[in-house]
Amino acid sequence: MSEQRFDALVQQLETQRIDRRTFLVRAVALGASVPAIGAALLRTQPVGAQVATPAAGGPATAAEIGMPGIEHLTTTDKGTIKLYSSWPLTGASEKIGGDSAEAVRLCLEDRGNAAGGFALEYEALDDGIAANNGGWDAGKESENANRVVNDPDAMVYIATYNSGASKISIPILNAAEPPMPMITPQATYPGLTKDTPSNAEGEPEIYYPSGTRNFFRVVPADDIQGPAAANWAFSTLGATKAYVLHDNQLYGAGVATLFRDTFQSLGGEVVGFEPFDPEAPEYQALMTKVADAGPDLVYLGAIVNLNASKLLQDMRALMGPEEVTFLGPDGLVNQDFIEGAGDAAEGAYITFAGVPANTLSTGAGQDYYTRMSERLGEEPDAYATYAYEAAAVVLQAIDVAQAKDRTAILNALAATEGFQGLLGEWSFSDTYDTTATTMSLNVVKDGAITFQEEIAPPAS
Amino acid sequence: MDFNAALFTQYLIIGIASGALIALIALGYTLVYGIVELINFAHGEVFMMGALFATTVVATVGVTNDSSGVAIVFMAIAALLASMLFSGLLNAGIDRVAYRRLRNAPKLAPLIAAIGISFILQNIAIYWKGSNPITPPSLIPTEYVRYNVLTEWFGLETRIRLRVLDLAVLGVTIPLLIGLTWFVYKTRTGKAMRATAQDRDAAALMGIDVNRTIAYAFLIGGALAGAAGMIAVYYNNSARFQMGFRYGLFAFTAAVLGGIGNLAGSVIGALCIGIVWSMSDGFMSQYIEGWGAGWTPAVIFAVLVLVMIFRPTGLLGEQTVDKV
Repeated sequence: MSEQRFDALVQQLETQRIDRRTFLVRAVALGASVPAIGAALLRTQPVGAQVATPAAGGPATAAEIGMPGIEHLTTTDKGTIKLYSSWPLTGASEKIGGDSAEAVRLCLEDRGNAAGGFALEYEALDDGIAANNGGWDAGKESENANRVVNDPDAMVYIATYNSGASKISIPILNAAEPPMPMITPQATYPGLTKDTPSNAEGEPEIYYPSGTRNFFRVVPADDIQGPAAANWAFSTLGATKAYVLHDNQLYGAGVATLFRDTFQSLGGEVVGFEPFDPEAPEYQALMTKVADAGPDLVYLGAIVNLNASKLLQDMRALMGPEEVTFLGPDGLVNQDFIEGAGDAAEGAYITFAGVPANTLSTGAGQDYYTRMSERLGEEPDAYATYAYEAAAVVLQAIDVAQAKDRTAILNALAATEGFQGLLGEWSFSDTYDTTATTMSLNVVKDGAITFQEEIAPPAS
Repeated sequence: MDFNAALFTQYLIIGIASGALIALIALGYTLVYGIVELINFAHGEVFMMGALFATTVVATVGVTNDSSGVAIVFMAIAALLASMLFSGLLNAGIDRVAYRRLRNAPKLAPLIAAIGISFILQNIAIYWKGSNPITPPSLIPTEYVRYNVLTEWFGLETRIRLRVLDLAVLGVTIPLLIGLTWFVYKTRTGKAMRATAQDRDAAALMGIDVNRTIAYAFLIGGALAGAAGMIAVYYNNSARFQMGFRYGLFAFTAAVLGGIGNLAGSVIGALCIGIVWSMSDGFMSQYIEGWGAGWTPAVIFAVLVLVMIFRPTGLLGEQTVDKV
């Protein structure tokens, strides 16, 4: 047998390019000795856990991303730190959650699965349940948060996808002693961090019982997105009558409300504002009513796995794209939405916080897009960009803290300033929101989400 | 807002077409419940598998909306029969593998088995077709997609739409309902089914093969679900692994509403649900501030609760004597 080939195999196992079973089969085929195979297997963790590869240098992007002047440590002599994420991974949410988890894995691999002198392990938890078609479940999310809080190796919780789920886990992590940092790549409901007019009673303070903030957001919140969409619809497109539909969830109803309020304050008329039933098989009657109201724009506050594509199909059966414009928020930026709606998706407008992955203008962003697309074999979900960004900023905070200490890492995260990310340069504000406010308007053209222009909320 | 008669008629048309579709599924629930007193929760998924199978059949044969009219009609009928056969055998297969072994177990055991099977079928569907809504291969000629029977055939100047598709749903559903009634009341197997429903032991003593008779009930119920699946996939122009859940729930509700075990009751219950569904989607936000289509399931189940309070056996009553 060849020593080199065996070493290469071990390397592949450690970087998780092959699983343990494949490793075993190939090592035996190479004629490796039993003690050598056993030792290699022992050095690696069981399935699902990532293990440091101190030797790995990582591609150039690792150096380009981050704050200047912070050294990235790939040594692992201090022990192991565990990172968890929590978002739906199965059923209708398979692509959305799966891509984000893959982006976190890619980021960790880029940095040699290590930071601040620690080896890093990553585990993607699922907060969806089968009975809910893979959608998030309050019980499951609370179970995940409690599990992470009680794991002494866990330092940061990268979660959640749904704003409603964040409502549950933020207080759990916040009440821990000391509060544990949590960072979301996807939840955009403003009331989780900010004091806005659309907030419910007591928000955002009710989520932070200890009085210390522990929730970070690398994605711009909807208090920018909803008004920016309304501003574009009224001022640029010239729409005057809007029909607003939403999925009755925290995110969908929230962004729809912000859209409605801004559209009205600009002088537009909202001829209807109502929730739809995300599990209904078809929406003919609903769309008959919408068409009867005679809007020139339909705004849909919903995410892709809540039947948004069927809704668009039934809308287009009655209202052509020349007569009525379709506009939706970033929850729809997903290839599944377009494939599900088929021809009906053509000409649909979607706003997005930042720009879609294929339009990223930074060098690191383009490099990320190329490698993620290759890795997945298809277009990555738009939020996966933020998942990568969230992981990068977390790893940098560990590099700064150089300690297995939740408070130190939290403080390091809070001090993030002038971070060079996939989307450009940004910092955390005093509410721990990203200072980036780039919003893009995208249109579905020939079956692909295509960047059209940058948009902004009305000047107040 | 004023009452709008044209909109009302439009919602009625949509409601009747949706109701007819639900009726086909509801009959499967009722047929099986009537004979083995099992609520087959996997029935919605059998319907869904039928729908997915229909798309595969059409895609494999390769007839599209550009083909000749004869080919399209022939393809539609062939796909309908194929998905009926597929779903019928699937349903009978489930009975053979899971429920038959539990025939004499406590009632809860087959019920839980049914829920388990519905999860298995959903996951098979995800594996098979993915988790996204799929659009079936186009089969309906483009000029018929928006063809309005009222203006084209009768020359009426109206905004009310009655599409060929709406008529097609009724055109398939009504003959199947008549055929089913004829089968249950006029054939030997139908008589055996009614006998088994009345008293399984006595039927066995009279020389009826009870297991085979029950298998027939599953086969026929599944075939109706398969037919509904084929219609649904073209009526909605979309199919997905979870489509069976909501349709199944509505169909089950329809069966209970009409009086479970009662064939005519299921059809009436299904039409009621279809109409309540479209009326609620259409009118509710106009009359109740802050409500809308999102509350439609709540309305449908409120109707069910009211009927159950005042007529616990359903609209037409549970037929205990000749229930099938």
